Amino acid sequence: MSVAVGIVLPELRIPVTPTFVISTAVATRDFQDVHHDRDQAVRRGSKDIFLNILTTTGLVQRYVTDWAGATAMVHSVAIRLGAPCYAYDTLVLTGQVTQASSTGCVVAVVGRVTGGDHVTGQVEVGRLP
Amino acid sequence: MEGTIRAAAERIRAAGAGPARPGRDPVNLPMIRNWLEAIGDRNPRYEQDGVAPPAMTQVWTMRGLHPVVEPADPLSAMSAVLDQAGFTSVVATNCEQTYHRYLRDGERVEVRSRLVDVRGPKRTALGEGWFVTTDSTWYVGAEAVASMTFRVLKFRPPGSTATAPASERAPAAASERVPAVVSERASGVAFERAAAAVASDALRPVVTRDTAFFWAGTAAGELRIQRCGGCGELRHPPGPVCRQCGADRQDHLVARGTGEIFSFVVHRHPPVPGRRLPIVVALVELTEGVRMVGEVLGADPRQVRIGATVQVDFVRVDTELTLPAWRLLP
Repeated sequence: MSVAVGIVLPELRIPVTPTFVISTAVATRDFQDVHHDRDQAVRRGSKDIFLNILTTTGLVQRYVTDWAGATAMVHSVAIRLGAPCYAYDTLVLTGQVTQASSTGCVVAVVGRVTGGDHVTGQVEVGRLP
Repeated sequence: MEGTIRAAAERIRAAGAGPARPGRDPVNLPMIRNWLEAIGDRNPRYEQDGVAPPAMTQVWTMRGLHPVVEPADPLSAMSAVLDQAGFTSVVATNCEQTYHRYLRDGERVEVRSRLVDVRGPKRTALGEGWFVTTDSTWYVGAEAVASMTFRVLKFRPPGSTATAPASERAPAAASERVPAVVSERASGVAFERAAAAVASDALRPVVTRDTAFFWAGTAAGELRIQRCGGCGELRHPPGPVCRQCGADRQDHLVARGTGEIFSFVVHRHPPVPGRRLPIVVALVELTEGVRMVGEVLGADPRQVRIGATVQVDFVRVDTELTLPAWRLLP
């Protein structure tokens, strides 16, 4: 990979509709009510349904492979979770290359929502063997 | 209680990895397509090569709509111990996944998990709690194909007592609950506090290292706002760590004491000892930008409007407690 430390990835803005929250929760086989039932989510102290962790992990992976291309091989995704990503918010993903070598690179990713950082993390990506 | 938790943690940790739990279905293209479509991932590679997106690894072993309680699972076992001790809420804080190779269509995976460590009790913005870390490894046959370090905070919801019953059990895999929307909860407490202000048995705030400066300020006739010692971000209610930059240094500034009513309630019922109802309690957006709750003193509820300008006032309850309150400006 010919990438250099400091390269900034294009921003990805995801409108977090209820359909998005629910379809991703079900596609990741997570049936906890806080990801599809607003009444229950509110009863549990949340303001709305919100993204589940497996989806956040998936979005971080997708964000980096959208940029790195179909020949990229993802070695690891390490994320730290912060503010919940509620329905009707917008998740804005940004990223920057923090390490680079002839075999791959590490991208630092931040996903922001109205309430602050929803996710921060690193994705280690290389080339297809 | 700490001793009990530590002993249980050591017992569960020493027991090592729990039983292998097989995924319900083999890795399969219909689920891969559903995932790609929902996540919005247009990478053609997965369907072309018949491999699964690496971030789907955990999906294959999710417990589904009607999860079976598995007492032998280390995270379930440790969660049960902490539930019993009153740490009934849970929020995930870290998830680190490593993929040794991509999974292929038709492969059958199973997962084994073990408890790594349990740290606490820690004071956090959500309440007192314990960090529970587990390691999971996914296998195809004897081959390890992926691993994950997963950390959750099991915390005692603010306002609950030490012996609160385990009112909600969190499923172990991908367990997460909302961080209890701390500011709204804090507003509720402040609401009760203000309503009872002049009663001799006023509900008193818990003064901690994080909030002592604020209450010292009200006693001195100052409305103080916590300011991050790293990036300068203002925050209220006060807390130990900056949400913007993560710094744990802080100082404060003295607010001008003016703001606008962002929202308010008129409390008519139930009765409050020593008070004549109704009273008005407002969430005020200060000129500096943070929001703060307090009673609107001497106001006719019919005159109170969202957007109305207010000025801070202070209600001295006794020698130890002075509450901030608001007065409408003409």
